[in-house]
Amino acid sequence: MSVRRFSPYLAALASALLLGSAGSAGAAESITLGAAVSETGKYSTNGKHTRNGYNLAIKRINEMGGVNVGGKSYQLKIIYYDDESTPARGAQLAERLIKQDGVKYMLGPYSSGLTKAIAPVTEKYGIPMVEGNGASRSLFNKGYKYLFAVLSTSEQYLAEAVNLAAENAGKLGKSASDVTVALAMENDPFSQDIRAGVLDDAKRHGMKVVIDDKLPKDLSDMAATLTKVKALKPDLLIVSGHSKGAALAQRQSSDMKVDVPMLAMTHCEAAKVQDKFPGISDYTLCATQWASTMSYSDKWFGSASDYANTFRAEYEGYTVVPYQAAESTASVLVWADAFERAGSLDTDALRDALAATEMQTFYGNIKFAPTGQNVAKPMALRQIIGGKYKVVAPSKWAEIPVVFPKPTWAER
Amino acid sequence: MDNLQILLDAPIFSVQLLIDGLLVGAIFALVAYGMALVWGVMNIINICQGEYVMLGGFITYLLFSWGISPFVGIPVAFVVLYLVGWLTYRVVICRVVEQDLFISILATFGISILLQQLMNQLFTADVQTAEAGLGTAFLFNNMVTVPWVKVVGFVLALSVGVVLVLFMGRSRMGQAIRATAQNARAARIMGIDTDRVYAVTYSINAAICGAAGALVVMTWVVQAFQGLAYTVRSFMIVVVAGIGNLPGVVVAGLGLGAAESYAGFLLGAEFQTAFIFSLLVVILLWRNYRLRAQRKVLR
Repeated sequence: MSVRRFSPYLAALASALLLGSAGSAGAAESITLGAAVSETGKYSTNGKHTRNGYNLAIKRINEMGGVNVGGKSYQLKIIYYDDESTPARGAQLAERLIKQDGVKYMLGPYSSGLTKAIAPVTEKYGIPMVEGNGASRSLFNKGYKYLFAVLSTSEQYLAEAVNLAAENAGKLGKSASDVTVALAMENDPFSQDIRAGVLDDAKRHGMKVVIDDKLPKDLSDMAATLTKVKALKPDLLIVSGHSKGAALAQRQSSDMKVDVPMLAMTHCEAAKVQDKFPGISDYTLCATQWASTMSYSDKWFGSASDYANTFRAEYEGYTVVPYQAAESTASVLVWADAFERAGSLDTDALRDALAATEMQTFYGNIKFAPTGQNVAKPMALRQIIGGKYKVVAPSKWAEIPVVFPKPTWAER
Repeated sequence: MDNLQILLDAPIFSVQLLIDGLLVGAIFALVAYGMALVWGVMNIINICQGEYVMLGGFITYLLFSWGISPFVGIPVAFVVLYLVGWLTYRVVICRVVEQDLFISILATFGISILLQQLMNQLFTADVQTAEAGLGTAFLFNNMVTVPWVKVVGFVLALSVGVVLVLFMGRSRMGQAIRATAQNARAARIMGIDTDRVYAVTYSINAAICGAAGALVVMTWVVQAFQGLAYTVRSFMIVVVAGIGNLPGVVVAGLGLGAAESYAGFLLGAEFQTAFIFSLLVVILLWRNYRLRAQRKVLR
C-alpha cells in the first residue's frame, strides 16, 4: 500500500481537522466546548445525567440557529472524555482538552471533588469554566477567577429544613430554641459543608445539636447512629451521605422503627427512595436545587415544566428529571448567553461577560458573586407525599404545607 | 462520654446494640469463612471477596426487580457465584495458585477492578436494595427492634457454617480439601487431584459470598464499588481468628460485629472503623507477646 493511495483520505482528514477547530473559516462554523464527565466509576449514573443535560442544551440551541457572536452564527458542540470518577484523571483530561484539543471554553464535571481537581487547571490556562455540579463552598474561597457555578452552594442544602423546624416548633409544643437536632453526615467535603450550614442555622435559632456523627465513606450500616437517635429522641434528623446514605437512612429508620418528627436528607432522587421504599419514604424531606413545578422560564426551553417534558421525551427511563441534568443544561445556557453578550470568542472578554451574567433560565435566576457561585437562586425543600415530591419550602413555591410532625411508624 | 451515660441510664439500648452487632457479625463471619477457606487451602488472599458479595446482591436485586422473592436469590446467587468462581479459577486463579502470595494478591485485585466495572456497566452505579417484606420484631416493650431479615441472615449464616463444617469433616471432597491444605504435594502423591480441589474450594468461597450478598441486599444496600468494606472486614476477621481456625472465624466475626456496634454508639460513626482497626493492632501485639513468652518457655 502506498502513501499515494491514502493521500486523498489524508487530505480529507486534514481538512476535517481544520474545519473542526474553533473559529476557522468555512461554512460549518462551530464553537467547541470541552468537558470531562464520569462515564465509568462511582459517579457514572450522575455523569450520565450531566451529559444528558449538556447534550439537550446543545441540541436545543443548535436547533434554534446556534449562538450569534458578533453578527455571525455558530453551532455549539462538546468534546467529552471519561474521567473515570477519579479527580487525578479529571485534572489530566482537563489539561488534555486545553492543550491538545485546543478547547477554550469548559463545562464542569460531575461532583465537587472532580471540579476541585479541574479548577486549578482551567485557572492556570485562563480558560473559563461554567459548572453545575460542584457545590462545595471550598471551591469558592480560593479566589478562582475563571470558575462559575450555576447551582446553590452546599451549605445552603438543608439550612431550610432547620428553619422549617423552627417555624413549626409550636406544633410540638416547643419554642424554636427547644428543638433538638441530630446530624449524620458523611465525612467528605460536600456533606461537611452541608453540616456547617445546618450548624449555623441551628445556632441562630438557639437549637441544641444532640448527635453529630460523621458517617464513614465505606458506610454499610447505620444501626449504631440510629440507636442513638432512638435513645435521645431528637426533633430533627438530618442525613447527608450521597445515595448510599439516603437509602440506608430510609431503610434502617423504618426497619428499626426510629420515630423523629422530621427527617431531612440529600440525594433522595438519586437514591430513588420514592420508588425503592414506597410508603416508607413518605414524609421525608429532600433538598433539591430545582423542581419542575417552579415558575422560572427562558427563551430556549420555556418554563421549568416544559423543560421536564422535553427532557423526558428526549431520554428514556426518567420519571422525575434529576436536578443534576437541569443544572447541567443551565450551564450551557449561561455559555450561550455569554457568547452573545461578549460578541467575541476571546476568552478574557468571555470571562468578563460571564462575570456580568444576570439572567433567568428555566432552572432559576443566575447572577454570579465575585467568587463565582450563583447567589440569585435559593435551594428548595420537597416532601415525599404518596410517593410524589411536593415542594414545601421556600414558601413562594410551596405546593403544600409541610406535614410536621410526621406520623409515627405505629400510626402509619 | 454522654453516650456512655445513656447506656448506663438505659441499659436496654445496650441490648439493642448487642443484638444488632451479633446479627451483623454473622453476615461478616460468613464472608470471612470463605476467605479463611481459600487462604488456608490455596494460600491466596482473595481481594475480590467483597465484589463476589456485591455480585450476589445484584443477582438477588435482579430477581427482585422481576417480581421474584429475594429469598429465592439466596440459592440462585449461591449457584451463579459458584459458576463465576469456577470460571475465575479456570481462567486466572489456576495460573497463580502455587506462585508467590504477592502475585495472587495482584491477580485478585485485578479481578476485583474488573468485576466492579462490569457491575457498574450492567447494573449502573446506583445503590440498590431488595425488600424481603418481613417486618420487624419488637422486644422489651418496643424498646428493642429487630428486623426479621437480620434474624434470617443470622440463622442462615450459622447453618451455612454448620453445613460447611460437616462437608469438610465428612465428605470425600472435604477430606481432600483438608489434605491439600496440609500438604499439597503429599496430597497429589496420594492421588488427590489438587487442581480440582482448588477449583472446588475457590468456587465454594465465591458461592458463600453470593449467598451473603443476597442477605446484604435484603438488610442494607449494594453498590458496585462497595465491595472493599467486606473484603477488609473479612480479612480482619481471618487475621484475628487465625488461618485454619474455622470455628474461630465465627466467634471473631460475631465479636467484631458487636464491638463495632458499641464503638459506633460510644465514639460516633466516624471512629467505628478506626476503633476496629486499633483493636486489630492490639490483638496482634498481644498475640505476638504471648507467642514470645511461649518460645521462652520452650527454650
